[in-house]
Amino acid sequence: MATSAITEQQAAPPTYADVTRDIAATLGNPSKLYYVLLAFVLLVLGIGAFALMVQIRYGLGVAGYTPPVMWGVYITTFVFWVGIAHSGTLISAILFLFRSAWRTAVYRTAEAMTVFAVLTAGLFPLIHVGRIWYAYWLIPYPNQRQLWVNFKSPLVWDLFAISTYLTVSTCFLIVGLIPDIASVRDQATGWRKKLYTITSLNWRGTDQQWRHYTRAYLYLAALATPLVLSVHSVVSWDFAMGIVPGWHATIFAPYFVAGAIYSGVAMVITLIVPLRMVFKVERYITVDHFENLAKLLLLTGSIVGYAYLTEYFVAWYSGNPFEREAFYNRAFGQYWWATWTMLICNGFLPLLLWSKGIRRSIPALFVLSLFVNLGMWFERFVIIVVSLSREFEPWAFGHYSATWVEWSILAGSFAWFFLWFLLFAKNFPMVSIAEVKEIIPLPRKKGAH
Amino acid sequence: MAGGLLAAYQHIDAASDAVKTLKLQGYEGFTVYSPAPLHELLDAVNHKVSPVRLWTLFGGLIGCAAGFAMAIWMSLDYPTVVGGKPLASIIPYVVIGFELTILIGALSTLAGLAFHAWQTNQKAPYDGRFSNDHIGIFVPCSAERRTAVEDLLRTAGATEVRVETD
Repeated sequence: MATSAITEQQAAPPTYADVTRDIAATLGNPSKLYYVLLAFVLLVLGIGAFALMVQIRYGLGVAGYTPPVMWGVYITTFVFWVGIAHSGTLISAILFLFRSAWRTAVYRTAEAMTVFAVLTAGLFPLIHVGRIWYAYWLIPYPNQRQLWVNFKSPLVWDLFAISTYLTVSTCFLIVGLIPDIASVRDQATGWRKKLYTITSLNWRGTDQQWRHYTRAYLYLAALATPLVLSVHSVVSWDFAMGIVPGWHATIFAPYFVAGAIYSGVAMVITLIVPLRMVFKVERYITVDHFENLAKLLLLTGSIVGYAYLTEYFVAWYSGNPFEREAFYNRAFGQYWWATWTMLICNGFLPLLLWSKGIRRSIPALFVLSLFVNLGMWFERFVIIVVSLSREFEPWAFGHYSATWVEWSILAGSFAWFFLWFLLFAKNFPMVSIAEVKEIIPLPRKKGAH
Repeated sequence: MAGGLLAAYQHIDAASDAVKTLKLQGYEGFTVYSPAPLHELLDAVNHKVSPVRLWTLFGGLIGCAAGFAMAIWMSLDYPTVVGGKPLASIIPYVVIGFELTILIGALSTLAGLAFHAWQTNQKAPYDGRFSNDHIGIFVPCSAERRTAVEDLLRTAGATEVRVETD
């Protein structure tokens, strides 16, 4: 895909007018392919919604929960989607604070992905509790029973962490969008003009607006940075605070954060490859961007691989028979296929990224990102299901198999995520106009750039 | 909206020079438009640092205090007695305090942005090119001073200067 034509285009840096025109062009009338994709996504979402209705009608018995495995596909998928969300904040906030210029072309996609992934993740604790209509019991509110939630519970921490993350990342996305919406507002006609006039909040790019905006954006990034590190740490404590063998480890917080960023970067690649092709923004999202993403993938993948090795080493070195058994069971027990899928996809395949040729090959990166997504879902499956299936007492060991209801809801969650993404991509700029312009020098009087 | 002159620039240094000259000659209340936060231009305008940072600071502090206060008070109001352990335990409440620091800090930042953007709103004429590839400067001035201001703006390198009436 990295053709010589693109290389020629890259040689000529775009002007401000080019940036506005090219990115505004992505918001034109959708093609047939877009509607076909939308219809497919709605179909899968419908299947997921039907499965959820079956579960609401007949109760959690339709899921495959078998004692002692009472956390299954739903919690696995919850952790998976929270993880996916993380690279968005890494690319938009952390790399912003480090003044990393290459992020400008890809951060909007990553940030939108973050919001939609958290939006998807947030559904799963509700689905998992079964009686969705009582989910509000998690929130501390004055009630007639005069009782409050238990703030020492990691599940309550999770509620605070995830809802804070959703709110802050949504604010960050919206604030970043305002100047870009104003740019497309000034080019648009018809109903889009009206939409962008309302959503640009009277942005005109005045010196006073930029004065307050740049500060607010900086502080939002500064707040989002520790938040992203805390959220997946809190999610990891859902497990690490339990005494289940395979869960009760201090490495969990950094291990989960690295894994989250790893899976998120993979999902950014999965999304950007088709997006770049369909929207024809090869001039802005270049092979160099992919190489940088690949380097992030290699770094975080190496941390994840190291964490896997550490877990096994500590299980052996601890001399604790329960820990040893738990990790032996992961590799050679009834769920060996899940563990080996995880190890191959997350531990071995990313080692290919040491090759520069693979880092700069967009098709290779796309395929690799799919494997990483698969591997990271299985990582959570292994941690949750495999650990719970064999705790301390052999008479309480059990086997869990997911049912069609759970698989349908899992598929529906992907459809829900892609539905938001497709709607967003066609109506709002997926590449930041203002930030791309910020790194392009404006012409000077004397002609020197 | 005051009447005045609206100039368009294609060159960043030309617009910066115009801003510097306007300031040097004592003009105030002019508005500068740009399609991106261009540092050279913002340096020429040289505003004080935005007070939005204070909203972030106080929002964060209020959120932190509220997070700890809520968790501690609710634990004491509905005691979950576990043998020998304190009813209100600070270490687990760090998570609640931290999350609310971030949440209220971020929401306060947004409120601060909205408030100060509204408070310093400049009612000046606008041109769609200023969000695309031009920099704009609007200088409010009386009819008698227009010639002098137009000269200044054109000398700096304006590609277009037009009169905007009330």
